[in-house]
Amino acid sequence: MSFAVLLTVKVLAVLGLMLGGALVVIYAELKVGAHMQNRIGPYFAGGRFGWAQPFADALKFMQKEDLVPDGADDRVYKLAPYVVLMGTIGVFVVLPLSPRFVARDLDLGAFYALAISSLTTLGVLMAGWSSNNKYSLIGGLRAAAQLIAYELPLVLAVVAVAIQAGTLSISGIIEAQAAPAFSIGELNVALPYILTGQIIGFAIFVVASLAELSRIPFDMPIAESELTMGFVTEYSSIRFAMFFLAEYAGMVSMSALATAFYLGGYQLPGLSATAVEVLGPVIFISKVFLLSFLFIWLRWTLPRFREDQLQSLAWRWLIPAALLNIAITATFKVVF
Amino acid sequence: MSNYFGDYVTVAVFLLIGAVVVGGGVIAAKMLQPNNPTALKSQVYECGIEPIGSGWSQSHVRYYIFALLFLIFDVEAIFIFPWAVNLETFANAGFGVFILVEMFIFIAILVLGLVYAVRKGVLTWE
Repeated sequence: MSFAVLLTVKVLAVLGLMLGGALVVIYAELKVGAHMQNRIGPYFAGGRFGWAQPFADALKFMQKEDLVPDGADDRVYKLAPYVVLMGTIGVFVVLPLSPRFVARDLDLGAFYALAISSLTTLGVLMAGWSSNNKYSLIGGLRAAAQLIAYELPLVLAVVAVAIQAGTLSISGIIEAQAAPAFSIGELNVALPYILTGQIIGFAIFVVASLAELSRIPFDMPIAESELTMGFVTEYSSIRFAMFFLAEYAGMVSMSALATAFYLGGYQLPGLSATAVEVLGPVIFISKVFLLSFLFIWLRWTLPRFREDQLQSLAWRWLIPAALLNIAITATFKVVF
Repeated sequence: MSNYFGDYVTVAVFLLIGAVVVGGGVIAAKMLQPNNPTALKSQVYECGIEPIGSGWSQSHVRYYIFALLFLIFDVEAIFIFPWAVNLETFANAGFGVFILVEMFIFIAILVLGLVYAVRKGVLTWE
């Protein structure tokens, strides 16, 4: 197949994955959250189980008037959702669903994913700044401070994975987790990194990605009770929906990165290479949704942090812990 | 198409698609939504009262200090990545302990900076 045709197929597949994944997670958030609070949640839309609720929400957003507030920085205000969504879709390029099902396996995949996802920070800051609203500005600054503070533990946790795998290609990292960790007689057992030394790294990665997604308990940037809606206060209609979509698509991509780095990606211990070839996408997506469920569970369980507690957690605990994790991983790598 | 060039084209196309998704959404919404802005509607939201002063108010200097701290550690992270990937190669060549100690010194200096910032009270808010 020619490069252009193949690229079109990849674009469609990734769009399906991103939008489909985001819709499923949005629906899960409504339904799972409801059941955790002993409610029923969406019930009527679509006939059964309220499955069409995300679609109804999207349509409702589109019917609302699109307002630009008085005195706002018009161009920056309109550009912000583009930047946010570009940063979100960029991560999906390097996510491998199976050994061959990947849009592009970049050599610097892990590094690229972290770099392109921080484009979102820029979009959020643009939205907060351009709205000409005090809530937006405070929300935007809080978001920027939070996203950059938690970017560091995230990146440093990945460094330890890179040490253990010896590569930054995401497929390479997953393949490295297929190497046998130990053998029982003839049987070689391969274990994901979470079980072979990266448990602390996984914990740091999950906490930091929760903060990167500005989800409870780290949702200070959009703290409803004090900042109305933070940096999206002035946004309405489809532009608001795009921030919303980016948040949930970001949840899918963050879960996917954690899956690839720590949970063995499309591998399952005991499964042969041919089985992985076929079942890979199913295994990968199951793991992604399992992690997304964890994120939703945390959201409906924990209260919100205070802003200074949040900064203190990142700088005083997570970054030193991540540096220590690097040191231990590197020492093990050299000594053994 | 060469592998190297293909990487860039793929990433560029995907970023473009991200913009197309938003642009397409905006155009689709244009067909569905009403459009009659009034002065009252486009007023900045401030709890329903008339906004006081400009929206671009002064903010605390601590956000600037966080940005500075971030810059230092982010550059550090860039330096650590090549070291992390090549650690195995160096260890196999017999330079393992040497390269490990080098990096420990590098990290120790940065941790010293972090300790200084914390002791200076950057993270304590009144």
